[in-house]
Amino acid sequence: MDPKELKRERLIKRIAQELPDGALVNLGIGMPTMVGNYIPAGRTILLHSENGFTGLGPAAPKDNFSQSVVNAGGQPVTIVPGGAFFDSAMSFAIIRGGHVDYTVLGALEVDMEGNLANYMIPGKMVPGMGGAMDLVAGAKNVIVAMEHVNKNGAPKILKKCSLPLTAKGEVDLIVTDMAFIRVTKKGLVLEEIAEGVTIEEVVKATEAPLHIAGKLGTF
Amino acid sequence: MKPILTADKAVEDIKDGCTLMVAGFMGCGNAFTLIDALINKGTKGINLITSDTAYPEVGVGRLICQNRAATLTASHIGTNPVSGQKMNSGELKVTLVPQGTLAERMRSKGAGLGGVLTPTGVGTAVEEGKQKLNIGGKDYLLELPLGADFAFIKAEIADKYGNAFLPGATKNMAVSMAMAADHVIVEAEKIVEPGELDPEKVTIPGVFVSAIVKSTLPASNVQVKP
Repeated sequence: MDPKELKRERLIKRIAQELPDGALVNLGIGMPTMVGNYIPAGRTILLHSENGFTGLGPAAPKDNFSQSVVNAGGQPVTIVPGGAFFDSAMSFAIIRGGHVDYTVLGALEVDMEGNLANYMIPGKMVPGMGGAMDLVAGAKNVIVAMEHVNKNGAPKILKKCSLPLTAKGEVDLIVTDMAFIRVTKKGLVLEEIAEGVTIEEVVKATEAPLHIAGKLGTF
Repeated sequence: MKPILTADKAVEDIKDGCTLMVAGFMGCGNAFTLIDALINKGTKGINLITSDTAYPEVGVGRLICQNRAATLTASHIGTNPVSGQKMNSGELKVTLVPQGTLAERMRSKGAGLGGVLTPTGVGTAVEEGKQKLNIGGKDYLLELPLGADFAFIKAEIADKYGNAFLPGATKNMAVSMAMAADHVIVEAEKIVEPGELDPEKVTIPGVFVSAIVKSTLPASNVQVKP
């Protein structure tokens, strides 16, 4: 596995450890989806698929799938024993009503007040917010999973988001290839750093000020 | 009993400039037969309301690619690049709505409510021009009811009273749309006699349904590359 993949796997595993047994979790498309593959042994989480079910299972076999069971990315999937199908109004009532324990999703930018921008770049990328605004506003815990810096090496954890917001003040945790950061009322707290990364490197790669936890962990 | 029509007959009254809701999510649950009939009929200038615009030339995505929509209200257009191109060129006026808000705006229309109060979008561009209310110390946006002239719903089974069973993840926006639209056309793979669809399995009560059409095109939203 190349170093980038390894770092990514580490952050995904770290997020998986954060999800308690029995939690109802919604995973965003891309890297967040992989969190489901690393749930620690002995724990069971139930995945919510915003297009209309709980109990989202693995991808369906290519030679045996249903046109009626797809995930929020439109891919054919399975539903696990104990799952339930419902319509969009119910699905989003589950989300907005605070019944989804955790949502894990990517970010273009996140800031020290827990603001999140992940749905558009004006003039460039305007795909629409889909269910992201509801998820971030409604889920009990919002975890951002992303690379610490963008592809040009610039920080994505900012003092203030510059892109249009997906939601205001809703992010609880930011987990990157470099750091595990909690959003608190007093600002961002660096609680853990990735193996092989120094505090100085994290601080340098972060625009927002970081409080360093008294007992700094590694992951 | 509800009229059982051919697809061509069912879409006959859908005129240029009408408002049409199409249920489905990434094509899953799109009424492929009705969409095909509407395209063949040549209806243009549609005010389209849908969860997303699927993929180019798949299901509801065809209405975009074949220039049938003048406006689009949806939550996501990213999987059909043609929607974005037409939005940028000004050919298609697009209103993006958070998915849960879209469902509730339609549901509220059908439920006789004056709208819904939602925390979704507070502090974002979505709140622009909307009334904000503070209830119990928390801010909510007032989102108004959303209706339509027609809705296309895809069912696996419909009985002759219009009661419909929608399997798996095909329910998505269909229930809210069936409630919100004036004329609801259900495309069913199977049309059965009253009593043959277990009342316990009804996803959409026939009370919302105007007409039933037998599906002649198979669902093909999932495209597996060999």
